[in-house]
Amino acid sequence: MADKKIFGVTALFNNPDAITAAAKKAADAGFTRWDVNSPYPIHGIDKAMKMKPSTLGFVTLIFGLSGAVLALILMWWTMSVDYPMIIGGKPYFSLPAFIPVTFEVTVIMATVSTVVAMLAFFFGLPRNDHALHDTDYMKKVSCDHYGLVIEAIDPKFDERSTLEFLKDLKPLSTEVIYHPEKESYPIFEPRFILFLAGVAVVVSLGTYLMLNKLMYIQPFNWMENQAKIIPQTGSEFFADGRGMRLPVEGSVAKGFVPYPFEGETNPREVLSNPYFPTKENLELGQRKYLTYCSPCHGNFGDGDSRLQGQFPNPPTLHSDRGRNFSDGMIYHIITVGQNVMPSYASQVTREERWAIVNYIRVLQRAKNATDADIKLVKAE
Amino acid sequence: MSTDYSVEAPVVVGRLSLAEIEELIAKPMDTKPDKKFFLALTISGTALLIGAVCLLLTFYYGVGLWGNNQPVAWAFPIVNFVFWVGIGHAGTLISAILFLLRQKWRTGIARFAEAMTIFAVMCAGIFPIIHTGRPWLAGYLTPYPNQHGLWVNFTSPLVWDVFAVSVYFTVSLVFWYTGLIPDFATLRDRTTSKIKKIIYSIFSLGWRHSSRHWLHYEKAYVILAGFATPLVLSVHTIVSFDFAVSIMPGWHTTIFPPYFVAGAIFSGFAMVVTVLVFVRKIFDLQNIITVDHLEKMNKVILATGMMVGYAYGMEFFIAWYSGVQFEQFVFINRAFGPYAWAYWIMVSCNVIFPQFFWFKKIRRSIPAMMVIVILVNVGMWFERFVIVVTSLHRDFLPSSWGMYAPTLYDAGILLGSFGLFFTLVILFTKALPVVSIAEIKAVADGAQPTHHRGEHHG
Repeated sequence: MADKKIFGVTALFNNPDAITAAAKKAADAGFTRWDVNSPYPIHGIDKAMKMKPSTLGFVTLIFGLSGAVLALILMWWTMSVDYPMIIGGKPYFSLPAFIPVTFEVTVIMATVSTVVAMLAFFFGLPRNDHALHDTDYMKKVSCDHYGLVIEAIDPKFDERSTLEFLKDLKPLSTEVIYHPEKESYPIFEPRFILFLAGVAVVVSLGTYLMLNKLMYIQPFNWMENQAKIIPQTGSEFFADGRGMRLPVEGSVAKGFVPYPFEGETNPREVLSNPYFPTKENLELGQRKYLTYCSPCHGNFGDGDSRLQGQFPNPPTLHSDRGRNFSDGMIYHIITVGQNVMPSYASQVTREERWAIVNYIRVLQRAKNATDADIKLVKAE
Repeated sequence: MSTDYSVEAPVVVGRLSLAEIEELIAKPMDTKPDKKFFLALTISGTALLIGAVCLLLTFYYGVGLWGNNQPVAWAFPIVNFVFWVGIGHAGTLISAILFLLRQKWRTGIARFAEAMTIFAVMCAGIFPIIHTGRPWLAGYLTPYPNQHGLWVNFTSPLVWDVFAVSVYFTVSLVFWYTGLIPDFATLRDRTTSKIKKIIYSIFSLGWRHSSRHWLHYEKAYVILAGFATPLVLSVHTIVSFDFAVSIMPGWHTTIFPPYFVAGAIFSGFAMVVTVLVFVRKIFDLQNIITVDHLEKMNKVILATGMMVGYAYGMEFFIAWYSGVQFEQFVFINRAFGPYAWAYWIMVSCNVIFPQFFWFKKIRRSIPAMMVIVILVNVGMWFERFVIVVTSLHRDFLPSSWGMYAPTLYDAGILLGSFGLFFTLVILFTKALPVVSIAEIKAVADGAQPTHHRGEHHG
């Protein structure tokens, strides 16, 4: 017995008046680490034990208020900043409509935080290895007795004199409680570890099957599989085995005009520009230039795009060669491509190509403006 | 039995000792279930299975199996949703509001009513989700940052509903579990089975019945009750907003929130009485769930039933008084149109039959109250049916009028929800203490210090 560490001494009572009187005496005797255990809360025991009122309400207050604020911030941010949308003609921040959700979030934050704070921080639960567990004392106070326990860590504790003190309270019985001997942890038993390993294997296998096999079994096909030919698939119906049909020989796309110098790198002659550089035409040219040309040639045709420094550099449009090209030659380059530049004929229509040509001319003139040009601009 | 109203009736009759009370409540958990238990479980399980099959078929073939169609697109699922959420309200009312009002008699029935709340909200939660037709997309109802850059519409009552019902469920569960912790500790200390001891130890979290803990625990209980009270009122209010915020004649009324809350308490109490009558008989809890308690609940049913009756009358009055032609038509159509039978079932079950509770003999007679509370349950289900279906089937545009008839699948899923509810209730009675052991001990005779010793007059 001597090597056992003492936890405390206990006394049992069988009626609420006796325990209240005993608690009062223990509090008056100046003990600090002591407690009363009872199967239900006894009225007035807090006063007898001289306990301070619970401060749990502050947790509720703080978390409840932060719940309200967080909910309002979330709704304000989502409904009026991140994705503002007018709904039912209400303002973006429509407080009356936000009240229900604010209220609900307040309630959930306040209640859950109160319970978690109480159990985890006020009580230090879960704790199943406390010395009082599995004692006769605990079994009695769990049912119909009232117990008083004075812990050994109390500064006034002395095994003999404290026990005498308890006996003076005329309890039903007293008991000395020791810390349990070295805890045995069944979780370290080989059988349990083997069991865990088995669970791990089963769970991994199950997860694998679930994610890689079961997930790809289609429970509902939502008309995804239909008895029709979809693009790029073959078909046994047609002699050539293609699902898609080729256009009839000699078909021409709507609005198609053949380009006479297709495939020539250095055409002997080129088309002449049919469009005048009107304001609308130049605006169209600017739009299309910024979309299709600027990624390589730069916003102002300097060839200073982010491709700069990567072989081969996109050329500037302000070189002498570029400036000396005829309109038709620039049109030709856009249409058939040059060096690594591909043809843009499929993305940019004929009219847009000519508009781009006109816009390039504007850029070229602006970059090499004469005094007369500047005067003209200033005059405007 | 003559009653002296100046003396409070004892909460536990027969002067049982604390150990006897514990023995009585813990008995179902300590003994093997008998034949009656399995018989009951078979019946409720069958109903549950029928519902499950109907639901599976619905998932496979789609919601076209139901009777829902234009113009009555809400129909059974929403009727059932509102019905079950309403049932849940009695539990919170008993456990929270009556706790704040210091009604000691609630102790015997609070745990059970809370459990019924949780189960009823579970049943309710199924319906809006399946009503969407694509239940696997229900996750989009939560506001989370997603790749679409979209958020839920926080100004919509349907989103309020998601928040209200999920918060209600969570808070009810937390409340319930908090109340169960000391009972788990008591069960842990009395059980002789090793496995049960491990389970109870885990759930009791190592509770030690310490007075220093009880202090905070009681405080937390008051706080939880204080939050649950406005919460329960908010939930059915928000459910009623689903209707009241729309511009449907028959729905667009400001009386809906209080009317729905009163109806919820009405139907919930009826359901609690229905189930408790069986439970107290089967588990010999007549001393703890006394006829006095049932009588008090019947009084609540009588009172809330009259509130509901008042609401029915007031709806008619406002329809006339507002001078809105459509509103007037809807109410006349309710009472005398093609769904008049449903309307009169509702009125007779909810307003007329509960009037029998004015008689004390009937309030205290088990068979009589059984008949009336079941009629109330039926009537309250029809109330939601009347609200949903009669308003929708004939609205502003006569060219789009139509009739609604449920299909067998609708009925099967409704039956299944009852099956789920009663299966959970039956399993609960066998797995957990149906009465709060700690609370009932605290209100037993002689459980508290006598006031003569002066300990707490200071």
